[in-house]
Amino acid sequence: MIQQIDYFAIAPPLTLALFAGLVLLLDAFLPARRGVKPALGIVTLGGVLVALGFVVAQAVAGAETLSTFCVPASLAEAGAAEQCSFVVDRFTLVLAGLVLVAAVVIVLMSMTELAEGDIPVGEWHFLLLCTLTGAVTLPASRDLIMLVVALELVSLPVFALTAMKRYDGRSSEAAVKLFLVSVVSTAVMLFGVSLLYGIAGTVHLSRLSAVVSGELPAPGWPQAATSIMDAGHGLPGIVTVGIVLVVAGFAFKIAAVPFHAWAADVYQGAPIPVAALLSVISKAAGFAGLILVLVVALPGQSSTWIPIVAIISALTMTAGNLLAMRQRSAVRLLAWSSVAQSGYILAPLAVAFGAESASGAVGASVAYLVIYAAMNLGAFAVVMLVSRTAARNELDDYRGLAFRSPVAALALAFCLICLAGLPPGLAGLFAKVVVFREIVEGEAGWLAVVMAVNTVIGLYYYVAWTARLFTPVRAAVPAVRRAFPAVWGAVGVALVVAVLFSVAPQLVLDLTS
Amino acid sequence: MTGWLPIALLAVPLLGAFLLLVVPAALRPVLPGYGLAVSGVTLALAAVLLATFDYGQTARPQSTVDLQWIPGLDLRFHLGVDGISLPLIVLTALLTFLCFAYLSWGDARRPGQLLHPGPEGARPRALVFTLLVLEVGMIGTFLALDLLLFFVFFEIVLVPMYFLIAIWGGEGRRAAAVKFILYTLLGSVVMLLGLLLIWAQTGTLDIVALGQAHGAGMSRAVQVLAFVAVGLGLAVKTPMWPLHTWLPDAHTQAPTVGSVLLAGVLLKMGTYGFARIAIPILPEGAAAVAPWLGALAVVGIIYGSLACLAQRDLKRMIAYSSVGHMGFVLLGFATLTTVGINGALFANVAHGLITGLLFFLAGSIKERYHTADIPSLGGGMLAKLPHLGAVLTFASIASLGLPGLAGFWGEMLALLGAFQPAEILPRALFLTFMAIGGLGAVLTAAYFLVMLSRVTHGVPAVPVATRAEPPDHLPAAGPGEHAAAGAEPGDRTVIATLRLPGDAATWETLDERPVDPIGEDHLTAEPEALDIQRYELVAWVPLIVLILLFGLWPKLLLSLTTPAVQSLLGALS
Repeated sequence: MIQQIDYFAIAPPLTLALFAGLVLLLDAFLPARRGVKPALGIVTLGGVLVALGFVVAQAVAGAETLSTFCVPASLAEAGAAEQCSFVVDRFTLVLAGLVLVAAVVIVLMSMTELAEGDIPVGEWHFLLLCTLTGAVTLPASRDLIMLVVALELVSLPVFALTAMKRYDGRSSEAAVKLFLVSVVSTAVMLFGVSLLYGIAGTVHLSRLSAVVSGELPAPGWPQAATSIMDAGHGLPGIVTVGIVLVVAGFAFKIAAVPFHAWAADVYQGAPIPVAALLSVISKAAGFAGLILVLVVALPGQSSTWIPIVAIISALTMTAGNLLAMRQRSAVRLLAWSSVAQSGYILAPLAVAFGAESASGAVGASVAYLVIYAAMNLGAFAVVMLVSRTAARNELDDYRGLAFRSPVAALALAFCLICLAGLPPGLAGLFAKVVVFREIVEGEAGWLAVVMAVNTVIGLYYYVAWTARLFTPVRAAVPAVRRAFPAVWGAVGVALVVAVLFSVAPQLVLDLTS
Repeated sequence: MTGWLPIALLAVPLLGAFLLLVVPAALRPVLPGYGLAVSGVTLALAAVLLATFDYGQTARPQSTVDLQWIPGLDLRFHLGVDGISLPLIVLTALLTFLCFAYLSWGDARRPGQLLHPGPEGARPRALVFTLLVLEVGMIGTFLALDLLLFFVFFEIVLVPMYFLIAIWGGEGRRAAAVKFILYTLLGSVVMLLGLLLIWAQTGTLDIVALGQAHGAGMSRAVQVLAFVAVGLGLAVKTPMWPLHTWLPDAHTQAPTVGSVLLAGVLLKMGTYGFARIAIPILPEGAAAVAPWLGALAVVGIIYGSLACLAQRDLKRMIAYSSVGHMGFVLLGFATLTTVGINGALFANVAHGLITGLLFFLAGSIKERYHTADIPSLGGGMLAKLPHLGAVLTFASIASLGLPGLAGFWGEMLALLGAFQPAEILPRALFLTFMAIGGLGAVLTAAYFLVMLSRVTHGVPAVPVATRAEPPDHLPAAGPGEHAAAGAEPGDRTVIATLRLPGDAATWETLDERPVDPIGEDHLTAEPEALDIQRYELVAWVPLIVLILLFGLWPKLLLSLTTPAVQSLLGALS
């Protein structure tokens, strides 16, 4: 039979892929004139917006979930339901929307980055669109192979993007670090995936879930025809190993402890838009994959992964915050702070027992992720702006920014206070409240206390940075050089979204619950 | 009917602050008047609230507003006023207005008045903005009738207060500000966990409903846990011994208006939380923890008093005296009786008035002498600056609890409550607390009298900078008897008067340099500019009048709080 493809369902990643090809062609055939650089940026932006339009259309049109690339029930084993590899549901739409809106900000930042320096423009936009294709596909993936492929599609172009500043040694170093870490994590994850496949005999998450929770017999388990749960000692060790390896693979991607060490060096070495991409889009993709694997595929084994996730979450937020306190460079500080924020996003998953609390936990994680994306991108956009005048981009370069460029300073101050979770940054405050609520309800008191202490540690460096913005400087400091105006668009988009979320956090909660 | 009032109380200062951001240029020339006007309108609204309040039903929240804000979090924009919050709201509006009056009455360029715009200026626009946002947070905390909304307003206060200390503070302001914000944030995050625990158990965040339920739906263990968590958060703010260590630094470094609002209102937010949330919502938890609370309160009383005896810095001494006074407030709460809690609430307001006045005075003294070091002040203030000395004496005596002044009733009632605590509490223990607390009251009298004897009495030793005595003619000190104590301040006066506005060399980095008190040079330029100034009088007289009024007629306040306290104690009494 012929495979039926629902093109409307796959429209967003398809659009992005087509635009990627288009950008590469345009770059090859357009004459190298002045206007070409921004034109390519605008084409990329157009692609992102079209894809975003499709996501919105799907959200408006679809009361029910769209799915495609299915194994029909007639072809599957007897009694099995239809299994699909690509599913567009609420979760997919929210994460795809998040990725694409973040992409708008990052493309605007890229246009500023590319306006000077000699980074090859076509390649840059091509790679960026490839990453986005992966990041939009990933939350829709419902089988293990597709998950891994999409995740690789997110990661691989980022190495190249990181290395794009070929004349900068630190950039190459960052790219190699990222490459090695990423390859190792992929290998680890593939090993875990193969173990799970070996046991369950399926790559589809829905069927995997049924097998692992003992509803269906496990073909890979010696006592065939009995479910895993009946087998003497309960849980076969191999499943545990598989789960641990898969979680470890994703932990690399989201820079969770103990796989966090690469974050600061890579963020600092990469061009700033790429650092922003790593901290928001790549991280969102990592979390999407992690949530899919844990909550959709392995809910039956939650007693295995919940303690692991809880410990990783506690360690991640603590290590990230402690390391951030010692930083003098703005980008490194944001790198460690985003590690710490990963810990907060992870925390609700540590109480995801059972179906009902799992959906609440996923809602809380995604809500935090959405709000985090807005405030973090705002901070990165202003850092990008300041990097035009202060190449070293140290915290001391921000001294007195409020007097030189009040709008930038207020935007940065707002985003930092949001990240710290204090009023007037109500978005950050409510994001933390949502997470706290989930943890307290899930009776993980110790994790709540760890997170409470971490919030305070985090406040220290955010406030120290904010205070610098308003400290007067008498010495002559070069005024903010006129950056390519697109970066102001980036600041504006991120700031408007962050303010909107502060005034009406219900928007996010409606989306994610 | 009067539901618009709470909203207007929040909207006016918020809008005022917002306008400063939107049209800075238009407002710059009228800045002092602007702050005064906005806080004046807020005070007028508070007065309207006072006038329209139904005194027959003080236990019931009035002028309520209940709007949905974030249904996903069960968070409602629920505001209201009852007999417990009404005095505090009016106190907040009054103190903020008096702070603005102090800052901007007249030409706003006298000692301590930071609103004089100038190139090196004290950033007047930012100061007005900060104070207005602070006012929103403070009033909102007292208005909120939703647990999370209470928490949000509780947090709003942190950032403006941080900047108030960090920008306009003294020399050690950076460290003090960081200590303040980290300490109080740690407290409030723990409190958030407690609030969410309450929410998880009962499924509602509505303070009124929870207060009427009196802990129904929560097991004893949960109540104790929630009370400890919420209580810790409030105790940091109050502050309760041993969580008070941020307070002396913050007070010492904050500018005068910062100290006044910190002592006058911010500390009340902690104690108010006990009356509004911890005790009514978690009665069993309160009963279990009350002996501990009482014990820590009593330790705080004694510790605060002893620490005061050892202080040399006037501002620091007043800060430690707050620890002692807040000990009385907490002891009153710990008794869980109508008398005790009434006393606590009374002491709360009285402390706001008296300590507010004391910090105004300490600020004024520091502006004049350029030091708050008690030995360096050298005594004889009554001879030298008779009016200032007299007001200082009055405030100190009010603070030590002289009958007939506001400070007396709260402490007396708190001790009386400890004499006859709630039946579920061990009476012998509370009798001990009462005895120790009484001793603390004696010690309080001791340190204030010692301070007065050192500052206001005796022979003036230090010449105060005036034009009659140009700096180069300053006698360094009386050579004989005052050599050790007198030389230093004499030198400081010279340094202070000679320091040029732009002289940054004495400070390691630029932002270590404290903001120059604007008008320091005016001080030397005006011969008789030293005793109480008109702007100071304007700010202080209302406080003095209220201290007298509540001292002579305590029923005015007690009749407001008594029914409310009886209803909040429902399950216990």
